[in-house]
Amino acid sequence: MVLQDADNELTIDCLLLAGRIMIESGAETYRVEDTMLRMAHSQNMPNAQCYATPTGIIFSLGKTQPTRITSIPSRVTDLQKIALVNSVSRRLTSQIITLEEAYDELKSIQKTNYFLPTYLQVLAAALASGCFLIMFKGGWSDFPIAFLAGGLGFLVLVIINHLTRVKFFSEFTASLVLGFVAFFAVKYGYGTELDKIIISSVMPLVPGILITNAVRDLMAGHFMSGMAKGAEAFLTAFAIGAAIAVTLGF
Amino acid sequence: MQMMDIIIQLIVSFFATAGIAIIFNVPRKTLLHCGLVGVIGWIIYYVLTEQGMDVVKASFFGSFVIAIVAHLYARRFKIPMIIFIVGGIIPLVPGGMAYNAMRNVVEDDYLQGLQYGLKAFLITGAIVIGLVFAEVIIQLIFRSVRSSKVKLQKVYKK
Repeated sequence: MVLQDADNELTIDCLLLAGRIMIESGAETYRVEDTMLRMAHSQNMPNAQCYATPTGIIFSLGKTQPTRITSIPSRVTDLQKIALVNSVSRRLTSQIITLEEAYDELKSIQKTNYFLPTYLQVLAAALASGCFLIMFKGGWSDFPIAFLAGGLGFLVLVIINHLTRVKFFSEFTASLVLGFVAFFAVKYGYGTELDKIIISSVMPLVPGILITNAVRDLMAGHFMSGMAKGAEAFLTAFAIGAAIAVTLGF
Repeated sequence: MQMMDIIIQLIVSFFATAGIAIIFNVPRKTLLHCGLVGVIGWIIYYVLTEQGMDVVKASFFGSFVIAIVAHLYARRFKIPMIIFIVGGIIPLVPGGMAYNAMRNVVEDDYLQGLQYGLKAFLITGAIVIGLVFAEVIIQLIFRSVRSSKVKLQKVYKK
């Protein structure tokens, strides 16, 4: 019986860790619950109950065992981690790896930083901004300014995020910086269409994953998570909008 | 000239979507496919709006196709479908409309701002409905394919 309990503890730890990594990386809540329950069923826990929200997970095994909670203070968008945890859970449920191996793998996934170096991310954001300008029917002559503004905005976002951890503030500052870059570039004759430059350089900051997840959660019947994520997306959009409004007010 | 425009849009939308995909840190081996999903969605949106279709409807069709392609890729790579969707729908997000709404509000033209804001809201709704419809339809198709396979096997056994 004691051995059984110790086994259960490891399984629950493993499940909670998997769910935690997924939510921290920005997965949909219904997918997190689904993954955790599948893993639980494969480990002989048919009565497992799971309740996931964007800020924490509650997991229970039934009447006799204690219920476990894990709280999640911060979330980023890291699709690679979601894919990795998904593959671990797939292999665990089809009995290719054991529980211990899965737990070790999850721990190393949690510790590793899979993001590309910052300069590459900034470069990607800058390139995307420039390309968005062309997609929104801007002229090629504005391409360098959109490139610069988009890259600089994203760089500021990363730096401030690192310094303060207040998402609203970092998004606001980033939009403010890129708005001013675009504004002064147009004022001193380096760019022509202020509107299109700002719209395209703001695109890397748009909370696309939050919007998609919010709606998919709502459609899956997870109204609390959907509303919470919707609120987060709205806050981000509001931060960007407010900063752009400040720039335009000049 | 028209053909040239479309080719430029194809190339540019690929790099834009792939750039967004890098920021969201998609798995390296699926980067090209993420870009491709974005290209397909954007080119449908672009051609439809050039033909004079309303942006709301065009967004719906764009996101509908994005979700279908993303679902097929997700089955092929055995990874969650969200990875392919996120990059693809970013170009369709009504950034321009939201910007115009904000701008008009700042300029004290609330009525015009409200108009743009509502339009942005409608486009967002259209994107979402496109995603959901595609998902439901695909699930129905796969389920019916699976059940017909089972039926066929039963017939064979007899």
